[in-house]
Amino acid sequence: MAINKDSVSGTLIVAVLVCLICGVFVAAAAVGLRPVQDQNRVLDKRLNILQAAGLYEAGMDVEAAFERIERRFVDLESGEYVEMPDNYDQRKAAKNPNASTALKGDEDIASIRRRPNVAEVYLSVDDGGDVQVIILPISGYGLWSTLHGFVALQADVNTVAGLGFYEHAETPGLGGEVDNPRWKGQWPGKQLFNDSGELAIEVIKGTVDTSSDKAVHQVDGLAGATLTTKGVDNLVQFWLGENGFGPYLARLRADAAEPAEQGADDSVTLSAVN
Amino acid sequence: MAEAAKAKDLLFKPIIENNPIALQIIGICSALAVTSNMKTTVAMCVALTLVTMFSNFFVSLIRNQIPGSIRIIVQMTIIASLVIVVDQFLRAYAYDISKQMSVFVGLIITNCIVMGRAEAFAMKNPPIPSALDGFGNGLGYSFILLILGFSRELIGSGSLFGVTILEKVTQGGWYIPNGLMLLPPSAFFLIGFIIWVIRAVKKDQVEQDQFRITANSRVSDAF
Repeated sequence: MAINKDSVSGTLIVAVLVCLICGVFVAAAAVGLRPVQDQNRVLDKRLNILQAAGLYEAGMDVEAAFERIERRFVDLESGEYVEMPDNYDQRKAAKNPNASTALKGDEDIASIRRRPNVAEVYLSVDDGGDVQVIILPISGYGLWSTLHGFVALQADVNTVAGLGFYEHAETPGLGGEVDNPRWKGQWPGKQLFNDSGELAIEVIKGTVDTSSDKAVHQVDGLAGATLTTKGVDNLVQFWLGENGFGPYLARLRADAAEPAEQGADDSVTLSAVN
Repeated sequence: MAEAAKAKDLLFKPIIENNPIALQIIGICSALAVTSNMKTTVAMCVALTLVTMFSNFFVSLIRNQIPGSIRIIVQMTIIASLVIVVDQFLRAYAYDISKQMSVFVGLIITNCIVMGRAEAFAMKNPPIPSALDGFGNGLGYSFILLILGFSRELIGSGSLFGVTILEKVTQGGWYIPNGLMLLPPSAFFLIGFIIWVIRAVKKDQVEQDQFRITANSRVSDAF
């Protein structure tokens, strides 16, 4: 080399060159592999949807199983189905002021600040076209992180079919136990609404007293993770409540309660939206 | 002939005779963190071996151009780039494993073995022997990790690579798994045992006492 490598200019040249070459390498790997990674992420999300709905068995083909699942969009304000482009991303929309609504302090119990105007829902349909399971995306703040997951409801729009989080950064072993199959196993069968039709589901601190008549609405909190437990409770309250999927669930419940001929009408509107 | 013998030494000496974990006691952190099952263990071994090999190779390639004052940060830049590339590959082709290993892939950057070999060997030797040395140290690291992963998953979960070997009581079998093996401290105990076995066979690895305790002294000696 013509210049002395230990001089100031030599040092600078080597530093810049090393950074440039390494930068090109890293960028090439990141850009080149992104399509495969995105595919994985989609697959992982689908897997989580199936798991939350209790439809997943180990070793099954996620893609094939997901064909039975319909993705629909719901206007949260009115609770009606709307059409959205296929690449609609609810999490991006929540950050976009034009596609989301800011929440006032007392409304924002899940600490998400903005709520998207349109949310995606996943419907698991059987061979006859009847909806079996309704899967709703939920998110909210725990202790360290925003938890993102799904809650699945049975066709009666009252019984929980499952709940699971696919992304969070809670303390492993404490709040991280939201991933524990035993804890998640408590959710299926719980009832969302009490006899007077109010949202009654809650995650309580400690263990549910099984003799209480509220037990069917209550889920044990996580030991040693009060704030994560509180966060999960809040986000469930928010997303199933008035400012979340409340209007949509109310509409579904009203539909389900109506006589059979009305039900036939409803399936026509469903296919029309399709 | 001498060259061939040297290459063999570079490759295989780090496995027993100069093992980075058992003799040099470095790179322990990831050895505790990712060895609770075989899948992540193997992924970590492959990732670290590749990173050590290539970082040694590239550092050695430009060792005569690296200014002394910024040599550590240049090594770090090369290592960090390689680790990011490995992480990207894992995310693309082994998504489940990369999710389980989470930050520990990134932490290969700070693994003392990678830095240690780059600074101690690659800065002074030509590229090919450096790459062999990196690969050999990766093998030494993998040797210990595979023993840990094997025992921890077998005893802790009764399975290997997720396949049930010992039927657990909870699944109607006879085996009561030892939950301690799934927790990080168990890796410490196991590493301790491995070091003991190696040093029992290879007495030259036993360290000299740094402080010798003298024979009991009498009270009168104090005055």
